[in-house]
Amino acid sequence: MENNLAYTEPSAAGMSKPAGWKRFFRQLVQQRALVVMSVPFVVWLFVFKYLPLWGWTIAFQDYKPAKGFWDQKWVGFQHFEFLFGDERFLRVLRNTLVMSSLNLVLGFVTAITLALLLNEVRQLVFKRVVQTISYLPHFISWVVAAGIIQAVLATDGIVNDLLMWLGLLDDEVLFLGVGHWFWGIFGASIVWKDLGWNTIVYLAAMTMIDPAQYEAAEMDGAGRFKKMWHITLPGIKPVIIVLLIMNVGYLLESGFEPQYLLGNGMNIDYSENLDIFVLKYGINMGNFSLSVAASMFKTVVSFILLFAANHIAKRLGEARLY
Amino acid sequence: MAELAAKRRKRRRIRMSFGDRVFEAVNFTLLTLLMVVTLYPFLNTLAVSFNDATDSLKGGIYLWPRKWTLENYRFVLEEATIFHATLISVLRTVLGTVLTVLCSAMVAYTISRPEYVLRKFVTVAFILTMYVNGGLIPTFLLMRDLGLVGSFWVYIWPGLVGVFNLIIIRSFIENLPDNILESAKIDGAGDYRTFFSIVLPLSTPVLATVALFTGVYQWNSWFDVFLYNSSYEHLSTLQYELQKILQNSNASQNAPDFIAAGNTGASMVTPYSIRSTMTIVASVPIIMVYPFLQKYFVKGMVVGGVKE
Repeated sequence: MENNLAYTEPSAAGMSKPAGWKRFFRQLVQQRALVVMSVPFVVWLFVFKYLPLWGWTIAFQDYKPAKGFWDQKWVGFQHFEFLFGDERFLRVLRNTLVMSSLNLVLGFVTAITLALLLNEVRQLVFKRVVQTISYLPHFISWVVAAGIIQAVLATDGIVNDLLMWLGLLDDEVLFLGVGHWFWGIFGASIVWKDLGWNTIVYLAAMTMIDPAQYEAAEMDGAGRFKKMWHITLPGIKPVIIVLLIMNVGYLLESGFEPQYLLGNGMNIDYSENLDIFVLKYGINMGNFSLSVAASMFKTVVSFILLFAANHIAKRLGEARLY
Repeated sequence: MAELAAKRRKRRRIRMSFGDRVFEAVNFTLLTLLMVVTLYPFLNTLAVSFNDATDSLKGGIYLWPRKWTLENYRFVLEEATIFHATLISVLRTVLGTVLTVLCSAMVAYTISRPEYVLRKFVTVAFILTMYVNGGLIPTFLLMRDLGLVGSFWVYIWPGLVGVFNLIIIRSFIENLPDNILESAKIDGAGDYRTFFSIVLPLSTPVLATVALFTGVYQWNSWFDVFLYNSSYEHLSTLQYELQKILQNSNASQNAPDFIAAGNTGASMVTPYSIRSTMTIVASVPIIMVYPFLQKYFVKGMVVGGVKE
């Protein structure tokens, strides 16, 4: 960034326009190798990432796939009005918010706890083994994970077996068939999958804590738990706060795969979220306009949230989005 | 850092109070429990995959097969659809990873050059895509109009250069010692030379990270298959085949069909055992690779996690 300033300064320092352009093109020719290495990918970016934005117009049309762009009927905000009066959409919105909040809170609490525990392990081999195993579920696909979770929660799965053996259940339960348990199952699943992975940043932050602090605390007679609570945890507070703020920006991103793969007719009232709504209306029912309206709503809200989150994080003087 | 931590540990080992001992024991128990909870489902699936299919239906298989058999694996590997899907998975993983690593590194190199006039423009163009995207339907329509529906390339083109990859590679290149790139320039090396014979070899750690992330992403993908190529069986992937089986056994009405299909002569397979076997086949490549790249991806995540 600092280097960059030095190079942009001359052109900003009151050079006349033609000379500025001339200089710009001369540099462009000079740096043609860099241009060749990057501009094709900007074109790629434009086609694959920016061009689809044009498709948002569909949300304001009564879109018929067979017709061309100019023959579509424009209906203004009609689809948005429908969405916000639609009971199903509001339920989907509720599910999205609940599950992403669950994701946020559970994700933070469990990852910070595990990082604190791992940080206290003295046997390095044991620590390494725990870490490696805890990363495993992150790398496998949600398809595999969902299959595993279904097997574990099946009527003859280990969870039923354990609960019956402990006498906590009288009869086998089809856990994924009970709607209001879905959020709990979802929470447990994402914790299982990403717990270890989420500790990486916290563990890195912990290595930055000044050892002198621990020594001073030891002089004062602090035990292991006290040191963890009064030194390690406050030591990673800045990282926690920044990550927390940045994650609030993803409040409408509750994920798609776990809900889609673990969802079924019996828990649909609790598992269906915005992304599934968009998929079902768009691909399954062919109601493109409504689907695009819903996903456009999601993107616009996310955009605002992310920008605000990034701005706040920046003002706190910590790491930021880029 | 590691040395400091080691020293700290050594010093703390000198005396351990009773409270510390309790803490240690609780900590050890909790972490062991975590390992069990993480590993058990995999080990159970592994046991089922090696157990006789009809016997598995009786339940009660935990960590060890009751009636050993390789029949499930034989069936899965001989099934033409699954075999072909595995080939496609391998192909998209290899090709996708190579292209993504190369292209991402190339763009990252250009935006790490302070003198590059388009540096700001390219960087912002990429970073903005983290905030906005067209969404499912517009993207689908675009792929259709580009003729990518029903094509293998729909697995490769859309994810060619990722912003996250770009950020971690760029910050790695920026942290390379300045004098290396400087002396290359003085020796008359152009940007192509500098990139291919200096930056690429020096960036192996970060490229390994990106390769792992991309490889895992490609290998695990099923949604793009479902969305674009679900009616083109020759382009199906292992994960998508597994997803279909999962959904079928979920609905369970379709299960008898599948059993009938798998009932070849004396041997018998069930959706449950096939599912378990395919789960193992789909996870083994990843399980074999990621532990060896741990050092690299941890570093990559720290850089990316804070800068993201």
